[in-house]
Formats: sequence, C-alpha cells, structure tokens
Amino acid sequence: MAGGAADKPVLVRFDGVVKRFGVVTAVDRVTLDIAQGEFFALLGPSGCGKTTLLRMLAGFETPSEGEILISGHEISAVPPHKRPVNMMFQSYALFPHLTVEGNIGFGLRQEKVGRAEIAVRVEDMLALVRLKGYGKRRIDQLSGGQRQRVALARALIKKPRVLLLDEPLAALDKKLRAETQFELMELQRKLGTTFVIVTHDQEEAMIVADRIAVMDQGRLAQVGKPSEIYERPNSRWIADFIGEVSLIEGTVSQTDTIATALGPLLIEESAAKAGDKVCLALRPEKIRLSEQRPAGLEINALAGTVHEIGYRGDISLYKVRLADRSLMKVALANIGGPPPFAVNDVVWLSWAPTAGVVLTR
Amino acid sequence: MTIGQAKRSWSARFVVLIPYVWLLALFLAPFAIVAKISLSQTALAQPPYQPLLDLAAGWHGLKDFAAHLSFDNYAMLGSDWLYWLSYLKSLQVAAISTIILLIIGYPMAYGMARASRRLQPMLVMLVVLPFWTSFLIRVYAWINILQHDGLLNEALLRLYLIDAPVAWLASDTAIYIGVVYSYLPFMVLPLYATLEKMDHTLLEAAADLGCPRWKSFWRVTVPLSLPGVAAGALLCFIPICGEFVIPDLLGGSETLMIGQTLWTEFFSNRDWPVASAIAVALLGLLLVPIVFYERLQQRAIEGTR
Ligand SMILES: Nc1ncnc2c1ncn2[C@@H]1O[C@H](COP(=O)(O)OP(=O)(O)OP(=O)(O)O)[C@@H](O)[C@H]1O
Ligand SMILES: [Mg+2]
Repeated sequence: MAGGAADKPVLVRFDGVVKRFGVVTAVDRVTLDIAQGEFFALLGPSGCGKTTLLRMLAGFETPSEGEILISGHEISAVPPHKRPVNMMFQSYALFPHLTVEGNIGFGLRQEKVGRAEIAVRVEDMLALVRLKGYGKRRIDQLSGGQRQRVALARALIKKPRVLLLDEPLAALDKKLRAETQFELMELQRKLGTTFVIVTHDQEEAMIVADRIAVMDQGRLAQVGKPSEIYERPNSRWIADFIGEVSLIEGTVSQTDTIATALGPLLIEESAAKAGDKVCLALRPEKIRLSEQRPAGLEINALAGTVHEIGYRGDISLYKVRLADRSLMKVALANIGGPPPFAVNDVVWLSWAPTAGVVLTR
Repeated sequence: MTIGQAKRSWSARFVVLIPYVWLLALFLAPFAIVAKISLSQTALAQPPYQPLLDLAAGWHGLKDFAAHLSFDNYAMLGSDWLYWLSYLKSLQVAAISTIILLIIGYPMAYGMARASRRLQPMLVMLVVLPFWTSFLIRVYAWINILQHDGLLNEALLRLYLIDAPVAWLASDTAIYIGVVYSYLPFMVLPLYATLEKMDHTLLEAAADLGCPRWKSFWRVTVPLSLPGVAAGALLCFIPICGEFVIPDLLGGSETLMIGQTLWTEFFSNRDWPVASAIAVALLGLLLVPIVFYERLQQRAIEGTR
C-alpha cells in the first residue's frame, strides 16, 4: 500500500469541479489530487457521480465549473482524442466489426505507427492479458472474461498517462472478479501507470486501491487509504457505508467518556468537547464476546442476549440485543469446535476504548 | 394424450406450411405459368399463344405439348439489340438512382438517428407520410411540377437561375427525379434502423483511442451500417429495374426501360410469349444481387452468434 499524494508528484488535479445536468448536480465542488503511479478508486452508491467524474477526465463531459489539470496543464480545451488518458468502458465498447487484433491495434492505427510495429505491440498486449492465439477471433466469439481483457489491452496499448476503468469487473462472476482484481493490481505494479477505477463494490475498492475517494451525492465524503477509511471514518455515513458497523448515540461528558442510554462508555480522547452530541462507531470484529463480565476498569462492557446468528463461513455475525433494545453486531472467527454461543444466551460484550471511533458528523 | 399431441403437431405443421402454401400459390404457380408461356409461340387465338396444355388428352397430349415448346423467344431476345438496350437502360437507371439514393438517404437517416429520442418517431412518420397518397398520383404530381410552366421552372425563373424554361419532362433527368423521390423511404428506413441501433459508446471509445469525429464516422459508423446499406440498396435497386410507371409518365421515348418494353410486347403487340420471356430473363438477371444479399445476410447471422 505504498503512496498517497504526499510522496509522489501529482498527475491529475480536480480543482473545484462542478458538473450540472439541468437541475441535477452530478458532481459538486470536487477538489482532488491523484498521484503519479497511484491506483486510485472512486467509490460510492449508484448515481453519486463517479462515472461523470471519470468522463470529465476522459473529455466526454465538460465541467460546468472548476478546472481539471493533468501534469499541471489545464485540459478543458483538449478534445478526448488528444488526451493522454485511455478509458476502459463498463460495457467494454469493443468494435464488433473488427477482430481482437483489430480492436487492440485500433488506437495505434490512429497514429502514424507502422504496420510491423503495430503487429509487434499487439502481440505483446495479447501476451500481457494472457490472450495469445486469440488475435484472429471476432469479438462475438469471446467469453465475457476474454472480452474484458481485450478491452483492457485496447486501453493500455497507447501507454496512457492515466488509465480510467469504469466498473471494469461488474460483468464478471464473483470468482473471476476476485482473480481479475489481483491481475489488475499486478499489471498496475508492472506498468507503473496511474489507474483510476470506478466501483460501487467497497470490497473491490479496498482490495485494489492505494487510495479511495468515497463520493456521496456528487461530493467527496472522504479520501484516504483503505485502512484509514475503514478504521477512521470521518462521518456516520462513511462508517455505515463501508463495512459493518454498530452506532451508539451519546453526549461527551468528559474528555474520555460519553454518556449514552447504555450508561457511560470510555472513549479515546478526541477533538469533541464536553456537551457535544456524538456517535460511537464500533466495527463488529473489534468487540469480544464472553460469558462473564471481563475484569478490568479500563474497558467497556455491556450485557445482552444473543438475538440472531448469521453464519458466513469464515466468520459468524452475532446480533446482540442490549438493555435499551438496540442491536449490536459482533463478528467471531469460526476457528473450529462447536459454536460458543446460542440464540438467547446471555453474553457480555467488551471492547477497549481505542476500538471505537467517535464521530461528530 | 398422444392423440392430443398428434393433433397439436398436425396443427403446428400446418402453421409452418402456410408460408409455403402462400409462396406456391402466389409466386411459384404464376411463375410456372409465365415460364410456360415464354416457351410458346404467338397465335391469333384466345389466349394468344400455343401450344395449349390439354390435360384431357392424357399422356399423349402432354407429350405433344412438350414437343411444341421451344426457346425461340429467348434466342430472339438475345439477338435483338432493342432488348439488350432495354435491359442495360434499366440497370443503368437502377444503379445510378441507387447511388443517388444512398448519397441523399444516408445523411437523412444519420440525422434522424442522431435526433433527440422524442423527435425520432415524428421524423420516421414524416418519411412514410407520402405513402398515404397513391403512388400513381404522386408521380402525376411530378408531371405538374416538371412541365413547361410547372413549379420547378417558375421557381428557377424567379430566382434568376435560368433565363428560359427548361424541358424537364420526357428526359432521363425526370426519370431520376421521379425514381429517387419515390424510393427514398425504402433507402432511408433500413439505414435508419441500423444507425439507430448503433451503440453510441463505440464512438466514444473511438474518440478515446485517438480518432477525431470525422474519422470515427468512416472507421466505425460506416462499417457498422453496411448491412443497412445493403438492405436499402437492394430494396431500391431491384424494383427500380422493373419500374414501369415512372419512366412511362416522366421519361422520354428514345430508350425504354425493360418494364416499358415488356408492357409494349404484352399490350400493344399482344405477344405474350415474348413478354413472358422478358419477365423470366429479368428475374434471372435480378437473381444475382439477391443471391449476393443472401450471402451477406448469412454472414451477418453467423456473426451475431
Ligand atoms: N447525460 C446526463 N444527463 C442528465 N443527467 C445525467 C447524465 N449523466 C448522468 N446524469 C445524472 O448524474 C448523476 C450521476 O450520474 P453518474 O452516472 O455519474 O453516477 P454513478 O456514480 O456512475 O452511478 P452508477 O454507480 O449507477 O453507475 C445521476 O443522478 C444521473 O442521473
Ligand atoms: Mg456509473
């Protein structure tokens, strides 16, 4: 997980970019730096403006306000066919009247590249995406996964400064998708090209990306490394959107305590002042379950009854009902042996003050 | 149960048969009759040819009948320049008209396909609107427009584009105007159908890969619309070859199109056998582009698999 905008030069800069379609504001004042060589993910629910942001970078939409810079140059006047970016389309958009070779070589044929060189580079690309021997096939003779790789090769052959991928794996089944995610990461490391991927699959974003920008209704909600976004969400919405979470409402009473309906809970010292209304976010895997109240004062402990157990293979997700009738989610790894708790068992939940995140928004 | 199934399969078979019965009754049988007449000789009789097929005479009569058939009419067609010129004229008019139709129809269809979704049904409606008026009446209307003191000459005179009225009627120009006008919908609609189906993201992909707009038109739009071009071209070329009304009403009398020659043989000369031979030969001629089109379609079908 190398990188971050800090240690590498900025390649793409969005500066106060706004895009309106009539009354709809698809992208709202986005300011964002993407570093050279970074694998960057745009994540967000459907309709939040991810595709629109990507299309503005490719040149298919013009910003209503703000600027987009590549290597420090403003690019609004540059038409799509002259931008140093290439896009892999969600539908792949492969040319049905051309062969695999014809599709992959299309970009080079637009420049004055000799036939021999095109042939060589197309072969290289076929090898890179593991499609050797498929060059003469027509597009309709390929499987979904093979088409996806042709689309990838076609977008990479011109050695773009930035490769844009709009939900590149959406059409693949789960297993193939997981494989392809690792292939993409490997490819990106090998080529050193900057990748910007759009996805609404948070797991995918966390796996592949060096940094993630989470979007909500056209705005950037949080930008950071996957671990930062997961461990340190900056709002209830992010905490809820990324992974499983239990939220407890409360008011800060001292710098390290919040008063809640479940009694006082210890928190890590935060920026919140006494009297602030806050929310404590707890990830299910950070909570322990036990039969007895755990010893020690420097720990939060609450009693409850097991309401529901969701078996997921690697883990089981317990929903525990607390004194105020609210439910908390606790994840236990299935390490073998009989399940430790059953529905309606009385259990104790405990967690260290550092395990929770205090959210003021 | 088995009886029900048998019944169903009978009715199912019957449904499948209907188009074949249709073809047999309305196409193959009349064609066989025409082909038979084309092998006969003219006679001053009713009907005006012989031999006549007399089924009552049995096997002997049939043999007698077959002995009197001959290919003389076809030999006559081949040896007389008049017919060759007629065929050539038809092919020429059909070929040139089809090219003009493509040049006019492609931009029209392209514009329609690119128009906003809400506008498109209305544009299609406008293209087929002329069909609400009889074809014959529309061709007569062109006589009015093209005649000596017609609308066209009036307009050109008013615009000072010509000094004296031009004789448009009774010329090849008039034929081309009439044909192009009449067949335009048959060119525009298939072209529109293929262009409208085209995936717009393909053009974005082309632009993304370094293709300026004018180039992606030739590299992507045109190749993908070729099936529509072929369909439109054949839909126009074939009936134009056999066209009779338009050249008869608007054209001159120097060279006749094959449809006019056929009409003359049939109605003026009452030479049914020669008229029939002309029709059969024309069909043979048109089989070439039809087979070509079939091949093209076959390839397209295999392509979509
Ligand atoms: N060409 C357009 N005309 C009008 N509205 C548009 C257009 N393109 C996008 N929008 C609107 O802008 C908003 C953002 O769309 P966008 O396609 O960027 O979403 P997205 O984040 O990519 O969603 P998804 O995950 O579903 O692909 C949506 O409300 C959409 O309806
Ligand atoms: Mg999208």
